[in-house]
Amino acid sequence: MNMHSPLILHMISVLFLISFVPLQSADTPIPSKIEFNRDVRPILSDNCFYCHGNDASHRKAKLRLDVREDALKQEAFVPGKVDESALIERIVTGDEDELMPPPDSHKKLTAEQKEILKRWIAQGAEYQQHWAYEKPVKAAIPVGQNGVDVLVRQRLAQVGLNASLEADRRTLIRRLYADLLGLPPRPEEVDAFVKDSRSDAYAQLLERVLQSPHYGERMAIGWLDVVRYADTIGYHSDNPRNVWPYRDWVIQSFNANKRFDRFTIEQVAGDLMPGANQETRVGSAFNRLLLSTEEGGAQAKDYEQRMLTDRVRAIGAAWLGQTTGCAQCHDHKFDPFTQRDFYALGAFFADIKEPIVGRREDGMVVAPSEVEMKLRELDAALVVTQKKFDAIVPQLNLAQEQWEDDVLSYEVILPELRPGSKASGEEKQTAQRVAALLKKPAKDRKGQEPVLVQNYFRGRVTKLFKAERDAFAAAQKARDDFYNPLPKCLVSMSTPQKRTVRLLPRGDWMNESGEIILPALPHYLPQPASKGRELTRLDLAEWLVSRDNPLTARTVMNRLWKQFFGMGLSKVLDDLGAQGEPPPNQALLDWLACEFMDSGWDMKHMVRLITSSATYRQIAKPTPQQLSVDPYNREHARQSPFRLDAELVRDQALAIAGLLVPKMGGPSVKPYQPDGYWENLNFPVRSYDADLGESQYRRGLYTWWQRSFLHPSMLAFDAPSREECTAERNRSNIPQQALVLLNDPTYVEAARAFAARILTDCKGDNVARIQWGWQQALQRAPEANELKIIMPLFNERLAAYRADAKATESLLKVGHAPVPSALDKAELAAWTHIARVLLNLHETITRA
Amino acid sequence: MNPITPSQLSRRAFLGTNSQGLGAVALASLLNPRLLQSAPSHGLLQNLPLPQKAKRVIWLTMAGGPSHLETFDPKPKLAEMNGKPMPESFTKGQQLAQLQGRPLTCFGPQHPFAKFGKNQVEICALFPQLGSVIDDICLIRSMTTDAINHDPAHMFMNTGSQIAGRPSMGAWVTYGLGSEAEDLPGFVVLTSLGKGGQNQPIAVRQWSSGFLPSKYQGVQLRSKGDPVLYLTNPPGITRQLQGGDVAAINELNRQRDLLLADSEIATRVAQYEMAFKMQASVPELMDLSGEGAKILELYGCQPGDGSFASNCLLARRLAERGTRFIQLYHKDWDHHGGVKEGIQFKAQEIDRACMALITDLKQRGMFDDTLIVWAGEFGRTPMSQGGSGRDHHNKAMSIWLAGAGVKRGVVHGATDELGYAAVENVTSVHDLHATMLHQLGIQHEAFSFKFQGLDARLTGVEGARVIKDILS
Repeated sequence: MNMHSPLILHMISVLFLISFVPLQSADTPIPSKIEFNRDVRPILSDNCFYCHGNDASHRKAKLRLDVREDALKQEAFVPGKVDESALIERIVTGDEDELMPPPDSHKKLTAEQKEILKRWIAQGAEYQQHWAYEKPVKAAIPVGQNGVDVLVRQRLAQVGLNASLEADRRTLIRRLYADLLGLPPRPEEVDAFVKDSRSDAYAQLLERVLQSPHYGERMAIGWLDVVRYADTIGYHSDNPRNVWPYRDWVIQSFNANKRFDRFTIEQVAGDLMPGANQETRVGSAFNRLLLSTEEGGAQAKDYEQRMLTDRVRAIGAAWLGQTTGCAQCHDHKFDPFTQRDFYALGAFFADIKEPIVGRREDGMVVAPSEVEMKLRELDAALVVTQKKFDAIVPQLNLAQEQWEDDVLSYEVILPELRPGSKASGEEKQTAQRVAALLKKPAKDRKGQEPVLVQNYFRGRVTKLFKAERDAFAAAQKARDDFYNPLPKCLVSMSTPQKRTVRLLPRGDWMNESGEIILPALPHYLPQPASKGRELTRLDLAEWLVSRDNPLTARTVMNRLWKQFFGMGLSKVLDDLGAQGEPPPNQALLDWLACEFMDSGWDMKHMVRLITSSATYRQIAKPTPQQLSVDPYNREHARQSPFRLDAELVRDQALAIAGLLVPKMGGPSVKPYQPDGYWENLNFPVRSYDADLGESQYRRGLYTWWQRSFLHPSMLAFDAPSREECTAERNRSNIPQQALVLLNDPTYVEAARAFAARILTDCKGDNVARIQWGWQQALQRAPEANELKIIMPLFNERLAAYRADAKATESLLKVGHAPVPSALDKAELAAWTHIARVLLNLHETITRA
Repeated sequence: MNPITPSQLSRRAFLGTNSQGLGAVALASLLNPRLLQSAPSHGLLQNLPLPQKAKRVIWLTMAGGPSHLETFDPKPKLAEMNGKPMPESFTKGQQLAQLQGRPLTCFGPQHPFAKFGKNQVEICALFPQLGSVIDDICLIRSMTTDAINHDPAHMFMNTGSQIAGRPSMGAWVTYGLGSEAEDLPGFVVLTSLGKGGQNQPIAVRQWSSGFLPSKYQGVQLRSKGDPVLYLTNPPGITRQLQGGDVAAINELNRQRDLLLADSEIATRVAQYEMAFKMQASVPELMDLSGEGAKILELYGCQPGDGSFASNCLLARRLAERGTRFIQLYHKDWDHHGGVKEGIQFKAQEIDRACMALITDLKQRGMFDDTLIVWAGEFGRTPMSQGGSGRDHHNKAMSIWLAGAGVKRGVVHGATDELGYAAVENVTSVHDLHATMLHQLGIQHEAFSFKFQGLDARLTGVEGARVIKDILS
């Protein structure tokens, strides 16, 4: 089809309208009563605030339009008098020099937008505080009703839509499993639910699902995105660091239904809480998840600044739904967030002890107290033996000097180098190097050279103080052998030697002329009562989840909504500010936010509320009317289908194949990965060794997260690299996804294992086996026309592999999982194709 | 007209909405996913505001930071000052990398320079082949950048920002212009290693689509293993069997679409078709056996050797097949030590290949609409590091452009007498981006995407300018 065809152009213009005109006004495009937040602010923000907004340094003509009093003072408009208002004159003028927005801004107001501004002034040009900075108001809900349904239905009535019917039971259980567990239900579970005639069958199912430990794994994925959790440091060499106990802490927190306020405080200030313990400290790893560098030549001041800004952006993204990054250099252009707010927020983290440039420390040992106690014993024993060893060092050194003199004076040939020596090649080499070094005066030896000589002397020459030396080495080894495999985690540690935080003019870290900034909360948001002392991270943490904070609960609920409907109530998940979208159903978002706080920040309560609603349980297939009135399903007169997240695409295949190892937690794992994928990593050069055994078959969220080279199958399905906080994952549909599902050995092996299950677990004929396979993958029977596609495919594949034993062998060799020897190989290969087709289906990787 | 079934719209369509109409076109292209697949994909910019001089870009990224003082920027005065302290007037209060706070000593150019071409342009004598085509090249000796460490500097050069997660230029360009390649990606990346061993790491984010839809991300073509990840059929599965499976998958998906009216299914079907096509077209692309001895000799490469020269030849093949943005990374330019020997390696690896690429494009009539860019991520200090090398440096670097409406045989801008800072016609990375977009027919100020509430642009918010002086 040609893009220039009139049909397409017409469609473009129609769609343009659909996407810009508020829904309730599909017939009358412009509301008769203009509402500032809904109708006017988005226009002013997008077209005017850049030059006439919050950023004083960039403000033109001293005019700001984001504050009514200032706009009036500058005579921007006369309320009620359109004809006398300069603002209107400037947007309708034909004079290019006068026109606003100016042509070189590449901004242009539509006729509708101009009309809205006119009506707004005619109606008195009233302002409203930006919706998200006002405290949410909780709508009254009749007792016994679900607030989600009440508030959705109110909107549906306004826009003239009817709610859809409840989906069938199979769809419901698949949906619930995908959304809350990330795994497919087993056919027996579907069957039991379909046959469950109790009136509360769904509620019973939901409770069972909420109790599953896989709930925490599913919920963790989104949180790990917003806090940019990854196994490596990010910049340059992108070396590993120890943080996986934090990932497990997140999973456990969701499973234990830890109050979200507590969940927050542990992350931001788990080390400063009264009663801080190992668990809260692991939570405080949040502060260490940022990008860091080991690059030689990296300047500490530069990276100090990068780390500060990284942390401010993280708080903005994860809790506040505020984009703060631009305020690094100047006041925010659209929101009241100032450059001072930016550095004041960053100053909260100035107490965190960490290397600015260079390797991260091992981190805190995360282990039960008896293990910690044993480690302390070993450390103490090491100190004792070390003291004894230190006492003998001077004598050892003296002995070494004498030996060196002797070797030189008597031209001693080291034993390894004498004729007939039985020393190994390596030993001879070492001895040669030592012999050469001995000719160099001790003071001229550089780098590792002195150590080499010393090791040789102590290891191969002297017998002096052998007992002390052996005891020291043994204590060191005992300690290291015990310590090295222990789980460790970077955590927050506060130091009184805080970094000095300055306001950096234009964000330039070289410029140290800016004033020193102390921790403070964004000035435009409700402030806590004065503490009479400098604020700490704990104050920040508590403020984030205080009942007066209008942003956090909304931000979190908006993201949760996306998990269950595919899109947030405000579609811009990372920006509830002026450039975000006022939610079409603000009453619903506000009600959820209030309910969340009122319930004691009870996450499971909120999950239960939403997923038990009739709104959630609707069918996803749209009616023509729904499509024309509400194409993007913003009003929720139906459900929405969407592709599973990257981790879950993997989980489905492994679960269906029977390969999935449901073990929870632990160090990250390495699934098969194409050779050479890490060839562009350096310092050091690294090889990727895929895990063997059960670690090969773990859930996707445990995949080793290499920021600069994320596993390519994850990347293909839009998993973020987690270099920056990500509230909104892309959900693309690209050819690489087909290549992964068709050719990645993980999926080929899964198909082969699934095929073996089909042959082993189903004893019927081929049709029965296809039906069985369909049940495992899709939990439904194949349709007649589907059988018509599959049966001939199977027969062809069987014939092909019967005729080609070599091809059969090759295909069955993919992956490490054992091939059951009792099975007919050609048959297994043929079924592998059928299994492969099933694992590749859109339906298999889609939650409907 | 047909009823619009917005179920055919992807949710992603929202991402593309903005007040400049670009978003509306994005919607239209998503209406019918087939518009963007399996046929040449049309970009989202329909009526380009500017004449399109460049149809495609070949960006030769010299990773590690080439020394301008041993390539394109002759500094006799620096040779005179060799071994003397660097005058403090140059360096006081300035940002250095590893040399910060150390005594600074002038380090003269390590190789002689020679004059080439009609305009007697002076470049390092180690690059005679490039010299032989200097009349086709526009040299910029006054480029500067904001970053001074490899990773942020690459990010800045590729995405116009030092914050991770922004789209790279290749993604921006394919997003705006689409691709003319029928069954190959629109944005392709190739990497090669140098023999000197200073191979700095390069993250996959350097060709990321950032906040743009993932389909615009760069696809890396590899010289070893699968040329595209997961391109090859599993062992024991022939192309015929693979084709049969893909057909069955697509047919089953289509059946389901009839029941569910979910537009993503049609897209999925199209993507499986595209993937299957790529399984044939990429190996065909990579197979240099049909090129003939003359061409291999021109480039100085052997099929499958993974060299920069091979990648230059592949770049020409990609260009012929309609790929919009081709980016080559050649590593090993990080000469903190041994710059003298290091540059010799580099010259052997790139000199002939760059000449061959220009010559080959010319003989095929493609030079006039292909924009070639040669640039590292920063330059290097005129001061010595460790007696034999040079440190990272962001105040001066040399780059060159060629083809597609760029002036030929000229030099733009200059550094001071010691090659420390650009002083004449100083240019920035944002200027380079603006200029490249300009040649592609795109007005950089108007080319934006709503992200986190901002009209995000490749060229940033600070104001970039098209370097008009270098355009013919």
